[in-house]
Amino acid sequence: MTLLARHASNLFWVGRYVERAGTVARLLEVGARNALIPNTSGGYRNEWDSVLQASGNSQGFKEKYGDDLRERNIESYLFFDEENPSSVASCIWQARENARIVRTALTSQTWDILNTAHQEMRELRRTERSKLSTSDLIDWTLRQGALVRGTIEDTQLRNDGYDFLNIGAYLERADSTARLLDVKYFVLLPQVDYVGSGLDNYQWRTILRALSAHRAFNWVYGGEVTAAKIADFLILNRKTPRSLITSAEEANWHLDRLARSYGRTTDAQSCARALVAELAEVSVDDIFDEGLHEFLTRMIAEVGKLSASIGDVYLSGEARP
Amino acid sequence: MVPNKRGHMGEKPAYFNEMFEDGACRPPYAGIEGWANDMPAEFRSLKQSEAEALFRRIGITFAVYGEGGDPDRLIPFDMFPRVFSTSEWRKLERGVKQRARALNAFLLDVYGRGEIVRAGKIPARLVYQNEAFEKAVVGFKPPRGVYSHIVGIDLVRTGPGEFFVLEDNCRTPSGVSYMLENREIMMRMFPQLFRENRIAPVENYPTLLRNTLASVAPEKCEGDPTLAILTPGHFNSAYYEHSFLADMMGIELVEGQDLFVEGDYCWMRTTEGPQKVDVIYRRIDDAYIDPLCFKPDSMLGVPGLMNVYRSGGVSITSAPGAGVADDKAVYTFVPEMIRFYLGEEPILNNVPTWQCAKQDDLRYVLDNLGDLVVKEVHGSGGYGMLVGPKSTKDQIEAFRLKIEEDPGNYIAQPTLALSTCPTFVEEGIAPRHVDLRPYCLVGESIELVPGGLTRVALTEGSLVVNSSQGGGVKDTWVIAE
Repeated sequence: MTLLARHASNLFWVGRYVERAGTVARLLEVGARNALIPNTSGGYRNEWDSVLQASGNSQGFKEKYGDDLRERNIESYLFFDEENPSSVASCIWQARENARIVRTALTSQTWDILNTAHQEMRELRRTERSKLSTSDLIDWTLRQGALVRGTIEDTQLRNDGYDFLNIGAYLERADSTARLLDVKYFVLLPQVDYVGSGLDNYQWRTILRALSAHRAFNWVYGGEVTAAKIADFLILNRKTPRSLITSAEEANWHLDRLARSYGRTTDAQSCARALVAELAEVSVDDIFDEGLHEFLTRMIAEVGKLSASIGDVYLSGEARP
Repeated sequence: MVPNKRGHMGEKPAYFNEMFEDGACRPPYAGIEGWANDMPAEFRSLKQSEAEALFRRIGITFAVYGEGGDPDRLIPFDMFPRVFSTSEWRKLERGVKQRARALNAFLLDVYGRGEIVRAGKIPARLVYQNEAFEKAVVGFKPPRGVYSHIVGIDLVRTGPGEFFVLEDNCRTPSGVSYMLENREIMMRMFPQLFRENRIAPVENYPTLLRNTLASVAPEKCEGDPTLAILTPGHFNSAYYEHSFLADMMGIELVEGQDLFVEGDYCWMRTTEGPQKVDVIYRRIDDAYIDPLCFKPDSMLGVPGLMNVYRSGGVSITSAPGAGVADDKAVYTFVPEMIRFYLGEEPILNNVPTWQCAKQDDLRYVLDNLGDLVVKEVHGSGGYGMLVGPKSTKDQIEAFRLKIEEDPGNYIAQPTLALSTCPTFVEEGIAPRHVDLRPYCLVGESIELVPGGLTRVALTEGSLVVNSSQGGGVKDTWVIAE
């Protein structure tokens, strides 16, 4: 059975948008928890601002709400707003719309989960806001992601379509982990003086929590939270499900499957292998020598390059073996 | 009650009720009388919302974009089935197949030697100057000589044995996914009904459709043909049906942008490179198929496709040009086609029709507007029509002006006494008018699954069953003997 290039692209984006909805929810969680600690640093900008910057939503939000950084506005913008292309509502709509186009390539169970998520989102949008708590919205979103991924694992044929769903999801995940980490280091912490302070620690723990990894971290490292440990955990540790290396290796594994089943190795595979190789060899010291922000920026660009290459090779419809 | 051409049906039409005749339940409905009567109101509304939730969850919606409001509309589903006995169905089946054969013979003829025109059975003007007549395929004989591979015949019933053909759909009749999904949902909600009644299954329709498409593979195709459905895209209101059929048949669902012409063939863009496509079941109109041949600004079609088609590199179903057979003015001559090509008498009747293009007919129509149904020759979907008995004086007068302005654009028919079928309504069970569209498949053989799409006018007294005008759908049963 062949797969239309356009449909492969739809599947790739189903994977990406589902993952992205989760990322936005995770960012909301970071913001909501950070807003709970007393603001002691004086003159320190609002925690919500960093969340907006992290998600690349700062500009759009300001155009709509100005400087009114109330939790309710942020929540409206990041969760419900259909005009914001990266709100949870938009991501779920996009995932469902892409799925609707490729219904023939999805099992009815996978479609059912995505379509139900869309229907429930419509219900949520109609519900009185005072009846919805931020944490419920976050939980709901993360649960949708888990349902979709679980159903894909459980029911989808292990064919090329399955690979494209996964490649989309893992590239998005690599990108979002890199961004979340970068935010913490570059945006959240006001000054270098705060490194190692209580505030620093608190923020790290919040990031871990947002990645559903705070307990896992304790099991793996124990004790104090340090930048080095976190970088190791979220970038280089193969045990961490959302680390950069895990995401890159998973994407690479699916690309290898494609190469095998299509009998053809392309630029996309070379690109992915190079990324995995670098992550496998680099040490935490190397990363801090380069500068965490510089390293992460480069990784985000590498992931973007890989994504573009997959687009050229498989999704554009211009492929000629 | 058979309407004659110069008379209408009498002052007070008594409608044929398909379930009750003289107060007694007709045999085909015997198996559901108890079920319907014993159903408590709460249980019924529970089941009704369950059905709606199922439709929504499966995504069987009629997407209407760009009109505001909910883009995912449901076509109302009525749980009360519409039932035929085997003997009723046999007659319908023979009549529908006969008609499908004659329509295809007509198409092959008018794009060939035009014997029927030479014999003076149909005016040349009506055929060759018809908007739907496709000059680009004159002289081309499609595989097996079939033009219309899926023929949807719209039927109404006026009495126990009286069926009338309202119109033929030779291009891309839609709605078959409702036939299949309505059945799925009924079986899921009321399994006991299917245990207690011997209801002929319709579920092999996709297999039959697939076989039909494969049987008309082009000359140059070797081995198993690759089939694909060509859709205008996911914003089309019937997109659900396109994807449903592709899924049920296990074939690709392509848009124009997925296809291209190279060499003598049509190819689709896949992740592994180009793959040849042999048979295209297109769900777009003729005018959009190939911008090089038809509408130059069409983004939906494939440049160069018609050349590949005419040189036997790809099959297009239904064949471009098939529309000339389902034109409302050509419709009048279908009984003549049956006699001419098959040497048989028509099994299903046409509704008597006045052509406003003819002086005498026009005069009659204008004198009797209040009793007639007037339709645009090329219209569809229940739009642009006048139902005389249901219209106000002002509406009739406004329509009169439109007819006088362009008489050739209108035909008129008597107001048929459409049969009714019991239907669940707010207050309980009440009769509502219904029609029927069976889907006949024409390829190597002619096939008709025992069932079809029953549309029901949910508004009391309404005779318009179109979903765009407040119509709903029902599951359609044929009780096996």
